[in-house]
Amino acid sequence: MSAASGVLSQPVLERSIGHTATIYAKEAKYEFLKLLRLPIYSLSTILFPVMFYVLFGLLLNRGHEQNGVIVAAYLIATYGTFGVMGASLFGFGAGLAGERGLGWLQVKRASPMPPSAYFAAKTIVCMAFSAIIVLILLTLGFVFGGVHLALAQTLKLIGTLVLGAGTFCAMGMAIGYFAGPTSAPAIVNLLYLPISFASGLWIPSDMLPHFLQRLGPFLPPYHLGQLALGVVGVPTTGSALGHWQALAGFALISLGIARIGFQRDEGKSFG
Amino acid sequence: MIASMEEVLQRPEKRRTGPIVAQLKGVSKNYGEVRALRDVTLDVHAGEVVSVLGPNGAGKTTAVKLLLGLAGANAGVVNVFGGDPRNPKNRLRTGAMLQVARVPETLRVKEHVDLFSSYYPKPLPLVETLEAAGLTEIANRKFGDLSGGQKQRVLFALAICGDPDLIFLDEPTVGLDVEARRVLWEEIRKLVSRGKTVLLTTHYLQEADALADRVVVINKGEIIAQGTPAEIKSRTAGKQIRCVSSLPVASVCSIPGVLEVRAERDGIVISTTVPDDVLRELFLRDSRLAGIEVISAGLEEAFLALTQDNSLTQNDPKSNEVMQ
Repeated sequence: MSAASGVLSQPVLERSIGHTATIYAKEAKYEFLKLLRLPIYSLSTILFPVMFYVLFGLLLNRGHEQNGVIVAAYLIATYGTFGVMGASLFGFGAGLAGERGLGWLQVKRASPMPPSAYFAAKTIVCMAFSAIIVLILLTLGFVFGGVHLALAQTLKLIGTLVLGAGTFCAMGMAIGYFAGPTSAPAIVNLLYLPISFASGLWIPSDMLPHFLQRLGPFLPPYHLGQLALGVVGVPTTGSALGHWQALAGFALISLGIARIGFQRDEGKSFG
Repeated sequence: MIASMEEVLQRPEKRRTGPIVAQLKGVSKNYGEVRALRDVTLDVHAGEVVSVLGPNGAGKTTAVKLLLGLAGANAGVVNVFGGDPRNPKNRLRTGAMLQVARVPETLRVKEHVDLFSSYYPKPLPLVETLEAAGLTEIANRKFGDLSGGQKQRVLFALAICGDPDLIFLDEPTVGLDVEARRVLWEEIRKLVSRGKTVLLTTHYLQEADALADRVVVINKGEIIAQGTPAEIKSRTAGKQIRCVSSLPVASVCSIPGVLEVRAERDGIVISTTVPDDVLRELFLRDSRLAGIEVISAGLEEAFLALTQDNSLTQNDPKSNEVMQ
């Protein structure tokens, strides 16, 4: 039974940068296809903000103004924020919770996949769906809502909302590491509908009850909403830098929570 | 039960001469209060098929997880190709098939394989992987539309697509029907014939018997036996004597060398390592002894004996139930 031979050792294989880039690209491509072909994700995350926008922005409040901006433009900013948040919380949070809870993440982690590729792909894809939602809202607003935005303004709005999705991806990661595969979608719904409301994404913040107005600054979508509203010309409270700092802060806190969940997972997974 | 005895006999015995490609050295792993592995030492040599055999919760999957870097050991050293498997770069020469409850269902078979192939420096061509796993005809199907056996074959394809030298298969045929299991066994044998090293966990005894060069029996976090399937069988109650006897069970139990006596249909089954001595004594005590049959204990019997805390009980009604 004695083994005469020693442990085979070998130089660590290194991947070229090109190969690593290919992995990231494929990971993102298939993550996108996976979600696109999942109607419960692609239809609901895109249709909800678009439906609300058509109803409240194009049909019911036609020609009305809000804070000096036509409602059709105002609501691109707020439903855009709402859409970005939904795409990221569901795409990242519910997606991760399911893949983690049902063993798929483990299969990926057992492969030589660079772990960051998995998370980068989810972030990129949530941002891509965010961009799609914002582009649809903008197109509808331009064509049917009489919205006029300069090219620079349009690009800035898209950029702001897509970048802001990063914070919700981080929040999604925290949820994904603590929620179970079946409870995650419910948790995301319970979280994102109330905080959208309290952040002034449904009804402008200054029309909300006082206590909700004071709650707003403690919620991430409030800050992204303010940034987006600022871009379309609504006078907002606080500085853009302050809002970005708040979003970055929420992202960091979420990543910290996700890290705790990751470590908890590491110690627990038993079989 | 053990349909593959012939195959076992035909298989040439392999010597463990290759270099060690994966190793657990004095490894312990706790999950909170649960001690999943206790001071386990296991070497896997290049080119061999090692089967880790044990009941559910014995620590088989934990051992695989440690070797895949999915968890860290509380004590001891885990080494795969000379490195710590927790570093993804040290997994470039390994492939794994794990138990998974749900795989993304909206991706097509070839898309799953394409993605996993991209992780490896020199993967097999896509067509070859699909062919090897028997997926060519269903390459364009979405994972969610596949049957149970086809799903397992996709997971198998993900394990081999990178052309790894060492392949971990964690309960690869669990839940498969007989035919699907045979197909997967064939695929595993093909890997071995190409010089790959395979570590497979199973609680199907005939699977270990049919595939493995070496069986490692693990129970309650400890290795309780290891050797070739033949050695494992001979290590325990090597033979069983079936006979019809009018002797009271207590009398049969008192014969030296008798390990266990069970009632079965109209006769009794005696487990022993010294069937000749026991038979001589039986003839002396019972002149009307009839229906004698001496059979080798299968791996299943050996396994049960090994995992029952090494305490062979005499005429224990519980062990009787387990056997049936």
